[in-house]
Amino acid sequence: MSEDVWSERNTTPDAIDEALREMLRERHAANNALVPARVLNLVVVVDRSWKGEIANRLDRVGRYHASRTVLCAVEPGRTTIDARVVMTYQEPAADGLGVILEQVEIDIGEVHLRNLDSVIDPIRAAEIPTMIWCPHGHAEAIDALLPLTDVILLDSDEEPEAADGLARAAELLASVYVVDLAWLRTTPWRERLAATFDPPERSQLLWQIGQVAARHQASSSASAALLAGWLASRLHWQVTPLSGVSSCELRGIAHAADRDVEVLLDCSDQVVPGLTGVTVAVPGGWSLSLDRAAGGLCARRRSEDGTESVWKIMGASRGEGGILGEGVRQALLRDPTYGPALSSARMFCPAAA
Amino acid sequence: MSVTAENPLVEGLERLPVHPTVLVIFGATGDLARRKLLPALYNLAHQGALPERFELVGVSRREQPNDDYRAIVREAVERFSRTRPDPAVLDGLLEDVRYISGTFADDSVYTEVGRTLDELDEKAGYPLSRVFYLSTAPEFFPVIVGELGTAGLNVTEGRETRVVIEKPFGYDLASARKLNADVLSVFDESQVFRIDHYLGKETVQNMMAFRFANVLFEPVWNRNYVDHVQITAAEDIGVEGRAGYYEGAGALRDLVQNHMLQLLALLTMEPPTAFEANRLRDEKLKVLEAIVPPAPENVSTMAVRSQYGPGVQGGVPVPGYREEPGVAPDSRTETYAALRLQISNWRWAGVPFYLRTGKRLARKVTEIAVQLKPVPHLAFQSQGSVGVQPNLVVLTVQPDEGVSISLEAKIPGPRMRIRPVNMEFHYGTTFVSQSPEAYERLILDAMRGDATLFTRNDEIEALWGIVDPILTAWKQDTTSEIPQYPSGSQGPPDGSAVLEPGHSWRRL
Repeated sequence: MSEDVWSERNTTPDAIDEALREMLRERHAANNALVPARVLNLVVVVDRSWKGEIANRLDRVGRYHASRTVLCAVEPGRTTIDARVVMTYQEPAADGLGVILEQVEIDIGEVHLRNLDSVIDPIRAAEIPTMIWCPHGHAEAIDALLPLTDVILLDSDEEPEAADGLARAAELLASVYVVDLAWLRTTPWRERLAATFDPPERSQLLWQIGQVAARHQASSSASAALLAGWLASRLHWQVTPLSGVSSCELRGIAHAADRDVEVLLDCSDQVVPGLTGVTVAVPGGWSLSLDRAAGGLCARRRSEDGTESVWKIMGASRGEGGILGEGVRQALLRDPTYGPALSSARMFCPAAA
Repeated sequence: MSVTAENPLVEGLERLPVHPTVLVIFGATGDLARRKLLPALYNLAHQGALPERFELVGVSRREQPNDDYRAIVREAVERFSRTRPDPAVLDGLLEDVRYISGTFADDSVYTEVGRTLDELDEKAGYPLSRVFYLSTAPEFFPVIVGELGTAGLNVTEGRETRVVIEKPFGYDLASARKLNADVLSVFDESQVFRIDHYLGKETVQNMMAFRFANVLFEPVWNRNYVDHVQITAAEDIGVEGRAGYYEGAGALRDLVQNHMLQLLALLTMEPPTAFEANRLRDEKLKVLEAIVPPAPENVSTMAVRSQYGPGVQGGVPVPGYREEPGVAPDSRTETYAALRLQISNWRWAGVPFYLRTGKRLARKVTEIAVQLKPVPHLAFQSQGSVGVQPNLVVLTVQPDEGVSISLEAKIPGPRMRIRPVNMEFHYGTTFVSQSPEAYERLILDAMRGDATLFTRNDEIEALWGIVDPILTAWKQDTTSEIPQYPSGSQGPPDGSAVLEPGHSWRRL
């Protein structure tokens, strides 16, 4: 990969925009087979001291990277803007095209947050969606950027209490589309549960589910609540708050039309964020457990007659880098089931009064 | 009833569920299996897209134990997979792979296949869907299908049973009809998935999005605005060790009869009322049936054939087709074919459609160029606008997949001078993501029973019906010289013979 770099201290958004345009013009003039990617603006607002760590996370998203990434590092006390623009490209093979990716790193101060839109607006590429990610909070920045934002990337699991993370997601969802990494952590589990009940001979079991248990890493209780909320919203259960001695052991009941459904959310030992297992059971004795295993999920199914079957469902772990990449990709899609799942999850885990 | 109504959990998911399946590959050690099918299966496993229960059975002539076949699968995945294999996933895929050896006409092979499938059902605890994938030489297709029927492996009671048949489906119209009859005497049409991997390519599917999701193009997509269309599938390589197959096939069978006519059908069909297998295929069939096959006396003016001779490719001297290993020194197999077709319907009457394909040409490109008619009056000529061209829409299938539209724009300056400029959409810059291999999509669709991207029996016969008179005329002509074109060139000068006055081939 080759790079073109521009940097300037005490600069302005207009100067950064001008530099981006000039660098593109020069690179395209030098090789007209090099063209800028035009998929998505990703604006990331981070604490200055964690800038490197976030940059590393963005490097690991694999092929699903934004075309123009603007990384704003907030440094307490800073009053000026320093900027560095990096254009990355691979010289194309004969007759081929090469794609240019643009990364803009801006050092700003807290003083800039309230009007951050006036800094970002000139810098973002026009006519493509803009996604905002503020992994360290910076609510002021989000408020300022909302008018020019199409999608917000967040992680409901990052709040210490699931209820707070889910409430914040719901608040933002009221005004902009939300891509929630906690929700994306549940994707393989949702796909597998959907597949389990897809064969006609099993579809009726969906309407007989009497118990749902989600096991999760301690910091991923929002993911677990979203999974339970997804089932509740898809299957039209009436949700009541879960209770427990801690957020690591929540119990409760949801009401289906003709029965109660027991809902259990439990912590388990796991290093990586996300779910570790899910069990759905039907009163007659049928149950299915899916648990994380090397190279996929371990499936364990018990039939009504008590016979048990164990097998492996293949699938590589995406890792946190892959999930972040998936979050970037999801900016271009729309999932109509997240909102209802989030509503149900919030009812399972209401915020403390 | 919609999928969502039957299973409300499916709503919002990108990947639709696939029912538990056992896939039986006939020709399991062949080139296609190793290069495409097995890596595609691994990639599906890697993404978690395979069904919750998935079993793989390989059938081939080579005598070898299960473990040796597993080693072949591992080697194929490690060598050809588009994603770097995850050892745990690959081990999971290989764990219970079965292998059955024997000749395809041997009854005992099918007894063993049946026994293995029953054993896998028993292991799962319920009947798995069965997909038989015929990845063998075409002469074995009717043999295998017949044997599957004799062994009772075509039945669908309590399970889904499907058969996927690779190309070429037939050698000419008569053989395609015979093969259809053989296949449909054993399987119902709804069980048959005739594969044309071109239809699994994202850019080919995008043709439908381009045409039917934009209001911009459809109003001009007809004889009133389209001057002519050129469909090109040019390769820069020779037969590359496939002489055995290619000598019996030639360019017309290899690319025109299937891929290129499918592109033509997607480009010219009427909008289907739904993106659903039979509605889409009904529309394709209608337009294919509107293409008038050339009468014998017109073949020489509507179709041109040629062979690559020695030449220079990429600065390196390369041999001609007749000097290639495995090719007869007096071979009459065409490596280049160009033809002109007409579609006799209200939308397209009078518009010439030019198709050309060839090996060892100057450049590798597959594209469709839709040349629109010129504006009726150009007011700028007196200003020196000499470069004005009619608008051109180019859909590129490979490489640099995308769409380019040429427009006329004013050259900056004091005078009203016009020149063509391009407005381009490239998959690579707009979606910065890797498209899945066509085979991944198609294998998954076959397992799900979605035939939208597969060719129906009547469609296959319509495709062969278009090229059959040309094949017959060329076969009967055993004396005239087959023109040669230099390797690395734009093709034979005679290729222009099919063009109407005023038209010329786009430069490759």
